[in-house]
Amino acid sequence: MSAAAGDRPDVPLLELRGIGKDFGSVIALDDISTTVRAGQVTCVLGDNGAGKSTLIKVLSGVHRPTRGELLLDGQPVNFGAPREALDAGIATVFQDLAMIPLLAIWRNFFLGSEPTTGWGPFRRFDSAQAKEITRRELGAMGIDIRDPDQPVGTLSGGERQSVAIARAVHFGARVLILDEPTSALGVKQAGVVLRYIAQARDRGLGVVFITHNPHHAHPVGDRFLLLNRGRSMGDFAKGELSREELTAMMAGGDELTELAEELERPTGR
Amino acid sequence: MSTTQEASAGRRARADERVAAVGLWRRLLVKPELGSLIGAVVILAFFSLQSDVFRSLGGVANWLDVASTLGIMAVAVALLMIGGHFDLSAGVMTGTTALTVGIVAVRLDQNIWVAIAAALVLALAVGFLNGWLVTRTGLPSFIITLGTFLMLQGLNLGLTKLFTGTVIVRGIADAPGYHSAELLLASTISVFGQPFRVAIVWWLLATAVASWVLLKTRFGNWVFATGGDEVASRNVGVPAQRTTIVLFMTTAGAAWLVGSISAVRLTSVQANAGTGQELIYIVAAVIGGCLLTGGFGSAIGAALGALVFGMTQQGIVYLNWDADWFYFFLGAMLLLAVLTNRLVRRYAEAARR
Ligand SMILES: Nc1ncnc2c1ncn2[C@@H]1O[C@H](COP(=O)(O)OP(=O)(O)OP(=O)(O)O)[C@@H](O)[C@H]1O
Ligand SMILES: [Mg+2]
Repeated sequence: MSAAAGDRPDVPLLELRGIGKDFGSVIALDDISTTVRAGQVTCVLGDNGAGKSTLIKVLSGVHRPTRGELLLDGQPVNFGAPREALDAGIATVFQDLAMIPLLAIWRNFFLGSEPTTGWGPFRRFDSAQAKEITRRELGAMGIDIRDPDQPVGTLSGGERQSVAIARAVHFGARVLILDEPTSALGVKQAGVVLRYIAQARDRGLGVVFITHNPHHAHPVGDRFLLLNRGRSMGDFAKGELSREELTAMMAGGDELTELAEELERPTGR
Repeated sequence: MSTTQEASAGRRARADERVAAVGLWRRLLVKPELGSLIGAVVILAFFSLQSDVFRSLGGVANWLDVASTLGIMAVAVALLMIGGHFDLSAGVMTGTTALTVGIVAVRLDQNIWVAIAAALVLALAVGFLNGWLVTRTGLPSFIITLGTFLMLQGLNLGLTKLFTGTVIVRGIADAPGYHSAELLLASTISVFGQPFRVAIVWWLLATAVASWVLLKTRFGNWVFATGGDEVASRNVGVPAQRTTIVLFMTTAGAAWLVGSISAVRLTSVQANAGTGQELIYIVAAVIGGCLLTGGFGSAIGAALGALVFGMTQQGIVYLNWDADWFYFFLGAMLLLAVLTNRLVRRYAEAARR
């Protein structure tokens, strides 16, 4: 399906070369390399605390990498702030969603990228347009908001996550990063998100998708970066890895076999 | 497929009906100025019934005057509080700017407008320093501005003594340009034959501008967001540090306006002017619906909070009550406001957690 885009010999949209990040004496990431190509989905997989969120925070300009290089269109870049990554067309759904609970949905949706109308000192936030787009984009996700003026804090966890995803999809011009976007979603909404990822890929965006669920990752992923305790356990193309292998590697292969044996052992005497 | 869609649409419609019943409540509750509006109406009614001086035009002019300079500061302090910070140096800053106007005009023999401009530059510089230190260090603004507050208090006394040999600057009325400054900052406007202080106009103007900026501009959105969750706002591209610094400079700018008004109006300035007022500004902003934790509040609410303050202060005088009652009333109102605000926050933020 996306093989045509994948075969293009052009430079990757984003490339990571030996990225490392320390927090004081904690080495959160070390020597991570992978690529994000236009029209492809790169999945990042790993246990809790493996460094997935830290990695995407490096890509989205929240953290500066301690070591290594980040290349955008083959040019080294150094994002000093999330704003710079956003301006480069990289939009992110953070694991904590980055939403302001007391702020209305439409204000959250356009936070940091507000459309304006009017002239000179009378330039103002175009609230009519903002509300309209918010309603439309959320409607497209199957979320029917009753009132865009509702504070985000009063939404359910899944609704909040949907707003964050709709926002990133709306603003992500070149790269879309999603950090466990389906963790709070029902089966239907999770399906919508996976379809969104496929759509974004087909529009030619590069997608970075973080998940714990191999059944979500395998069908949409073109590349799989496996992390364990801050280090790369491998960076595989889709053909190199079956769903079973992926599942086994995510659960830490031997551990899974051991667990299966343990569970199969008769417990009663 | 279509049946499931219909079923889910039906479920949604039912959910909507349930929400519609509390819709009005929510809409009212999320208006931060509601509490202060009710408070202002109650206090207005109470004192008007008790005292005819209070409800006479002269009385109105009096309590509006008290509310005006306080209100200018309360509105700026409210913006800062919504942005998630406090400025304890705001009170003494009105003294610093007033003294600067006096010393530059009288001791350095400058035109009063030069003196006022010098005070503005000084105020903005201190505001910038406050904001820069807060954003740079990440320390609570409470402690940073407590530091600048004490430093300014010392400077006010020390420099006034150095320049005048006393603790008061006099003779501002003799400075060149005084009459134009008086016209703009300290004149009166006659309404139905009753002179009203021009500061009231400045207060209304400050409230209108602040309210417009807060609710209608990008910057306003950034103020709410920075106060609500600074890290999250930065992550979606809000220039949170710049927003904070501009807010501190706005508070200092408001202190400059109030300081200039009082210097021109009184024509002399005490070295301890303004000290202690900072808490009153915060009280007015809280009565106006600002949350102490930031991210929620209103400029109109703060202006109403100042009005409540002005009415209570003058009303107690007109009723010949002991002035001590004033603080009792104020404390009671503050408690009431904080309790109401807490409910609002619970409702808006924690309802679905
Ligand atoms: N700001 C920070 N300061 C210190 N240590 C940090 C910081 N951020 C992350 N870490 C550490 O880095 C490691 C990786 O964290 P990270 O959030 O990237 O994990 P993750 O793979 O996203 O986990 P999860 O699946 O639970 O979301 C953790 O051990 C964490 O404690
Ligand atoms: Mg994570």
